[in-house]
Amino acid sequence: MKHTIGLIKLQESNHLIPNITRHRPLATIPFAGRYRLIDFILSNMVNSGIEDVGILLPEQPASVLDHIRSGKDWDLVRRHSGLFYLPFPNTETAKRNELEAFYHYLAFLERSTKDYVLLANGHTVFNMDFNPVLRFHQNTDADITMLYCNAPKDMKASYTILKTAADGLVNDIAICPSAKVGEKTGMGIYLISRHIFIDIVRYAYEHGGFSLLLDGIMQLQDKYRILGYPYNGYVSIINSTQSYYQTSMDLLNANNWRDVFNGEHPIYTRTKDDLPTHYNQAAKTHNCLISSGCQIEGEVENSILFRNVLVRKGAKIKNSIIMQKCTIDADTILENVICDKNVLVKSGNRLKGAPNYPFIVEKDTVI
Amino acid sequence: MKKLECLAMILAGGQGSRLGELTKKIAKPAVHFGGKYRIIDFPLSNCSNSGIYTVGVLTQYRPLELHKYLGTGMAWNLDRKDGGVFILPPYVTANGGDWYNGTADAVYRNLNFIDTYDPDYVLILSGDHIYTMDYSWMLEEHKMNHADVTIGVIKVPLQEASRFGIMSTDENGRITAFEEKPRLPKSNLASMGIYIFNRKILADYLEKDAATQNSAHDFGKNIIPALLNDSRRLFSYSFDGYWKDVGTIDSLWQANMDLLNGTFHLSHADEWRIYSSNPALPPHYIGPDGFVQNCLVSSGAIIYGTAKNSIIFSGVCIEEGAQIEDAVIMPFAKIKKGALIKRAIVAPDCQVGANYTLMGKGDIALIAEKTPLVTEQIV
Repeated sequence: MKHTIGLIKLQESNHLIPNITRHRPLATIPFAGRYRLIDFILSNMVNSGIEDVGILLPEQPASVLDHIRSGKDWDLVRRHSGLFYLPFPNTETAKRNELEAFYHYLAFLERSTKDYVLLANGHTVFNMDFNPVLRFHQNTDADITMLYCNAPKDMKASYTILKTAADGLVNDIAICPSAKVGEKTGMGIYLISRHIFIDIVRYAYEHGGFSLLLDGIMQLQDKYRILGYPYNGYVSIINSTQSYYQTSMDLLNANNWRDVFNGEHPIYTRTKDDLPTHYNQAAKTHNCLISSGCQIEGEVENSILFRNVLVRKGAKIKNSIIMQKCTIDADTILENVICDKNVLVKSGNRLKGAPNYPFIVEKDTVI
Repeated sequence: MKKLECLAMILAGGQGSRLGELTKKIAKPAVHFGGKYRIIDFPLSNCSNSGIYTVGVLTQYRPLELHKYLGTGMAWNLDRKDGGVFILPPYVTANGGDWYNGTADAVYRNLNFIDTYDPDYVLILSGDHIYTMDYSWMLEEHKMNHADVTIGVIKVPLQEASRFGIMSTDENGRITAFEEKPRLPKSNLASMGIYIFNRKILADYLEKDAATQNSAHDFGKNIIPALLNDSRRLFSYSFDGYWKDVGTIDSLWQANMDLLNGTFHLSHADEWRIYSSNPALPPHYIGPDGFVQNCLVSSGAIIYGTAKNSIIFSGVCIEEGAQIEDAVIMPFAKIKKGALIKRAIVAPDCQVGANYTLMGKGDIALIAEKTPLVTEQIV
């Protein structure tokens, strides 16, 4: 994939997971014990051999910059290529949308010597090699290849639903408020020949559009050869509290865990020099993903603990997600709870959410 | 370029032959320790945390893995524009060449490296010891005492003193006598193998020693006695933290266990991080029937069985029904179904066959090769 430039767009609604996306874009939500959502797409691109990656930053980029920094943890510090930050354009028109950003950076894309653009969002959990997609794109003589998965169950949230012919040709694209089981659901990832991408952006922006898909690709469906490429591995698009919680819990299933963290294509993230996790004499843990630097004295079941979490003796944690630097004091019960970073749950508290709707404790809260 | 005050030289060429199979293919400083570290992480992190950013690492025995691990020094914040980490193996010159013959010879033959940085002081360290120490305080004392050489010392039990280089000091901490591994030790102040030399003194004595025919070219045996003989200003710097030479399987196992029983405490906070190269591994996973008690567990480990009082390194897999106790399981080792391991070190990448049983008593066992799949009882 040396001839492909990766583009990750992070302008998304901040209201999809209330309380958790208030301080950060979807792409930097802490996930699976030590990652941020953006780690998955970024690692997939790097593992596929993409050497140039542009990140279209959201309006509030601090957490993205703090997490990715120079890109060293993804091996994206190169002498003449590597990582490019494309800040949110501060233009007078104040149209806060993705096309504005693409259009603003057309010069960047025009300067590029790559043949293809791999455009992706920053909030999909999967582990995928894009090389077969490129081969498919070339062999089918496609202008645009859209990646899709088959919805594993009925899902409520905004999804792009595709209809394809037997040869993979996309003959209908629709944006629906839900996806039914088995429907071809767009993953928000597109492989496009670079010149065609530039043409679509220019056309759509200059005709007053705001969305690449709605005003560009969907309007120009008849002009370009659009193909669908199915992905059959584990994939989850995080776009709601439920999907965040469910996807996290999915990883406690060893098959999904192996699919997402397969050893051949590691998921990279910002590394920290934490100690190994210490379990003491009273610790009881079953079916858990636990990150480094934790100290566990209590009971933890079906849960995910991030870095440097302290679980004191007598604390009981079940079906919960506890983010970094939280302290769960003695004699507490947490069930179906998501604790954002740096939460202190004091002795005697009992917190309980519903199995399909977890109770969320905001960052830096003391309960 | 700013004048360099202090440069460190880490002696990392030792074989550590008493570690047996563990050092068959790697040098002792590259041996794994404490769930995610290698021994050399300790002196390197100490240097980095003490503000010493120019470090020469002298390698000789089986250096490949050590060199690969050091890389650019990025993991320890030692990838610097000016200075950083330098790997210094033996080399040949127009007049031929030879292996390093002793610690003093190794540094002597790299005086040219030290000269390129022109430091005022040279800190000589061993790559074999586990401890956390701020060398900057030692350097302050060295300067305050107007010392020629300062030696890090630690109190050891008198009955063990004959294993170490033992020093006698006056009330100001000035060293009056030094004996390498004495049969009847006069004190319990042991040398930690940490020296700060004035650079000029170091060069002078190394050159003198190199010209001496029957010298062992060793800091403890030759250089320090020669300095004392000439009444140079040698001072001790006493250290009262945890310090361990992990030269044997037993002491390596004990040092690992010291992390569990609280004897050796590594700081959780930012104050004194021990850096290591962090592999890209997911959090560790404890299975539905997994049971972990009084253990240190590292990233990427998968535990379906039972682990008690053990150190579990990155990527280790403990299958269903397997039980480990008082054990050190090194990176990517696999303990198959139903295996029982007690009081042992399992070497990196080693596979312990299903139902294999090793209930060690007394000396710590080392499992370094793929074990058979048949049941075997060793008591």
